[in-house]
Amino acid sequence: MLRFLVTRALWMVPSLFVISFLAFVLIQLPPGDYVTTYIATLAASNEVVDQNQAADLRQRFGLDQPMIVQYWKWITGILLYGDFGLSFEWQQPVSELIWERMALTLVLTFSTLLATWGIALPVGIYSAVRKYSIGDYVATFFSFLGLAIPSFLLALVLMYLAAVEWGQEVGGLFSEKYQTAPWSWGKVLDLLTHLWIPVIILAVSGTASLIRVMRANMLDELNRAYVTTARAKGLSEFRLLMKYPVRLALNPFISTIAWLLPNLVSGSIIVAIVLSLPTAGPLLLQSLMAQDMYLAGAFILLICALTLIGSLISDILLAIVDPRIRLE
Amino acid sequence: MTDVTFAAVDKSRLAVASQWQLMWWAFRRHRLAMVGLWVVGFFYLIALIPGFFSSNDPSAQNARAAYHPPQRLHIIDEAADGSWKFNLHIRPYVLRRDPTTLAAIYVEDPNRKVDIQFFTRGYEWSFFGLFKSNLHLIGTGDARQPLFLLGADRLGRCVWSRIMQGTQISLSVGLVGVFLSLLLGVVLGGISGYFGGKIDFSIQRVIEFVLSLPTIPIWLAMAAALPQDWPATLNYFMITLILSLTGWAQLARVVRGRFLSLRTEEFVTAARLDGASEGRIIFRHMLPSFMSHIIASITLAIPAMILAETSLSFLGLGLQPPTISWGVLLREAQNIRSIATAPWLFAPGVAVVVAVIALNFLGDGLRDAADPYNK
Repeated sequence: MLRFLVTRALWMVPSLFVISFLAFVLIQLPPGDYVTTYIATLAASNEVVDQNQAADLRQRFGLDQPMIVQYWKWITGILLYGDFGLSFEWQQPVSELIWERMALTLVLTFSTLLATWGIALPVGIYSAVRKYSIGDYVATFFSFLGLAIPSFLLALVLMYLAAVEWGQEVGGLFSEKYQTAPWSWGKVLDLLTHLWIPVIILAVSGTASLIRVMRANMLDELNRAYVTTARAKGLSEFRLLMKYPVRLALNPFISTIAWLLPNLVSGSIIVAIVLSLPTAGPLLLQSLMAQDMYLAGAFILLICALTLIGSLISDILLAIVDPRIRLE
Repeated sequence: MTDVTFAAVDKSRLAVASQWQLMWWAFRRHRLAMVGLWVVGFFYLIALIPGFFSSNDPSAQNARAAYHPPQRLHIIDEAADGSWKFNLHIRPYVLRRDPTTLAAIYVEDPNRKVDIQFFTRGYEWSFFGLFKSNLHLIGTGDARQPLFLLGADRLGRCVWSRIMQGTQISLSVGLVGVFLSLLLGVVLGGISGYFGGKIDFSIQRVIEFVLSLPTIPIWLAMAAALPQDWPATLNYFMITLILSLTGWAQLARVVRGRFLSLRTEEFVTAARLDGASEGRIIFRHMLPSFMSHIIASITLAIPAMILAETSLSFLGLGLQPPTISWGVLLREAQNIRSIATAPWLFAPGVAVVVAVIALNFLGDGLRDAADPYNK
């Protein structure tokens, strides 16, 4: 087990390196750099920046050096000092800008994961046990619908309904009172009252596909001989379900964390932009648009790292549940 | 099982039926998939000739019809003397101003009516530059009395016609993107599964790596790298390329799995002993036997592509106006104020949902029918 864990964790190191390089290349791709964008914004308000000033700015930000040198400086800064560089646009260290947003992204993602499982598991089991009942058809209908509705559209419709029908603004994660306030119990409670809307929106598509997976897995298990044996021995129907087929059907369920997490993180970015949540999404989009490369790079790197950790957790859980995987 | 599945088919015909025939018989029994097939077929027909299905020029602006609501269709035409007949018509809307807020309100004019005509003449559209026509499925036949089946947007452009036009781009992004992913997926997955060993190991790591990437941030970063002033077609191909760069891994996995299980089959060994070349074994013997699975996987990958394009364009990083796609149209519905005034701007979203559901049903049916011998 330990060997499995260590090799699996060691694999993450080269992956993270490749990701960090990829992230850096990606944000370097757009023609021009932050200074070009900056000059363009200044020009829009009729200010003129001459070539010398532009060169000065480039030198100050280190943008005049070859890319590989910039990457080296960036990655060693992160590894040795935890320094993610300076955000050009905000004129603040990146680390001051991202941590709270990343923490909120994490909170959002994990709440969604819990909600997805909380809904999908019982519904999937019910659908399989009461196959072709009305409840099964309703669940199937909604899961197909959930798969087809893009999450941002759901967010928009909900915003529309809230504004027109209930006369309420939906959006953000905090009330105005707590927006800039330091963390306190009141703020946490306030967060919880706002959190459920994005959580539900995000949970819809994941729930939809997981219901299908759970239903199919359960159907495979329910006809097995051991179920009949257990029933013949007089086990109550509920205990029988929980003890045998559900446990087996859960197996592929756990392996889906690996792709559920990247999906959730991806989905949360768009929903966060629509609902203007103070998570990573809106700031990532903004920094990409403005070519604020260290800020964008830090976000992409951290989000990718998050998903890698997610797949590591999923592998570990799988190895615990299914001993065969460890031995391979 | 075979007897139940093909109960309707004559036994003697069953014995000599080709694989594709068996698949078709199995597929036909899947009712939802048949509905999906019809809907998808209809959508691709629209994508082929969107001009025929539109009633107004999708790019034509009309300052006097900003946020024009969808017109009510009247079926019964009542004459002054109380007699009536069936006659599909609309009553044109007149623009009024709210006396206190000065907001624009459209009111139906009860005194006028405009008949709706089918197969009528209207603006001229072209079929991929090959020929031109001005025939339209539905319209008023009068350019001064436009038909707004689904209302108009901020600039008074007909939402119905724009959805029809957007079908072309949105659905073809799915096809082109999936084709590119398939190319990558089949080549890499095939190599990985067929040769095995070290090559397989390294390709597997690459696939795992690509699958573990969160797609949206990567797409955002790549799409942000595209210059805004590129011509529309180039932009379109770059977006599909970006989408397929992450989409191929899933397909490669499916293909590899199939290759691995087939590699040890007797017919492959037999072909090898016959002295067939590697290429011949792969393309002549192995590929046909899992073609059906690939087709099913493709069908299930298209809706994901469509959703991805819609999301990217919605964020403003995908296709750029004046290109019309469903995602570009949904940008109009981006802020709460415009959807509160004009909820019909959600209509392109409905098109997305219907197309994706239909494609999912179709793919489900294909997957179930893909292996007619094993049932």
